Amino acid sequence: MTSMRTPRRRVRGLGAAGSGTGDFWLQRVTAIVNVPLAVGFLALLIALSGSNFDTARTWIGNPIVALMLILLTFSAALHMRLGMKVIIEDYVHGTILKIACLLGNTLFSTVVGVSCIYAILRVSLSS
Amino acid sequence: MSARFRLRPRPLSPHLLIYRLTITMAMSIVHRLTGVVLYLGSLFFAWWIVAVSAGQKSYAVFDLFAASLPGKTIIFGFVWALIHHMLGGIRHLIWDGGLWINLPEARGIAWVTLIGSVTLALTAWIAGAFIRTLIQ
Ligand code: HEM
Repeated sequence: MTSMRTPRRRVRGLGAAGSGTGDFWLQRVTAIVNVPLAVGFLALLIALSGSNFDTARTWIGNPIVALMLILLTFSAALHMRLGMKVIIEDYVHGTILKIACLLGNTLFSTVVGVSCIYAILRVSLSS
Repeated sequence: MSARFRLRPRPLSPHLLIYRLTITMAMSIVHRLTGVVLYLGSLFFAWWIVAVSAGQKSYAVFDLFAASLPGKTIIFGFVWALIHHMLGGIRHLIWDGGLWINLPEARGIAWVTLIGSVTLALTAWIAGAFIRTLIQ
């Protein structure tokens, strides 16, 4: 059955990237969430500078610190994927090349994000 | 695309070479640049955290590199980029709220992000060095 919705209705509000304002909002929400988490992360880095393996492990394994790092990884991975998506859409124009770059971007962000979260959990749950 | 009707290429957005560099323009570029630096730097963060989880031997390899000059440069660059991008991002969020968007204010907070990020990154570095001397 043919849809009664016109083609125009189907693309309205989606814009050049085809995803509307959803990406824009998630970029802002993750940006706001990143601020306190990044400050906490910088504090952790300062506290850990020059420390040995055992100290680093103890700190990262601490439930509060581990939770902070997991939330930061999650939020930053979403944020950096969206940020790089915008950059790719700005500079890469061929359809095939653009799709390849966008796929690579999603893959990179997912692998980095999931690897970090796995590693943090491993340290925290085994200490 | 209706390429047949495109006799001339479409104009691109403002051309870098025909505008004098302004502080707001420079900080716009640096925000994108630091975004990319952090994107790539996430690999370094992943190396650190995975090395800690993998055990003493892997951590020693990371530690050796982190203590070298290239390692220290990367860490300082990452810390500065994070602080600068964070301040620049807060500036963007303020603009999204419709505030400080006029030229005098926009120029003002552009300078604040630059001076603030350098000051804070150096402060963080000195604080880290101080803690290191306490440990050793
Ligand atoms: C710490 C707090 C952070 C804040 C407040 C923040 C804020 C922002 C904002 C508001 C934008 C959009 C700029 C625009 O519309 O032009 C943006 C873009 C971006 N962010 Fe962040 N960000 C933060 C952390 C991060 C981190 C940790 C990463 C990477 C791991 C990152 C990577 C990016 C990238 C790649 C872009 C795209 C840059 C562009 O389009 O020019 N950001 N950020």
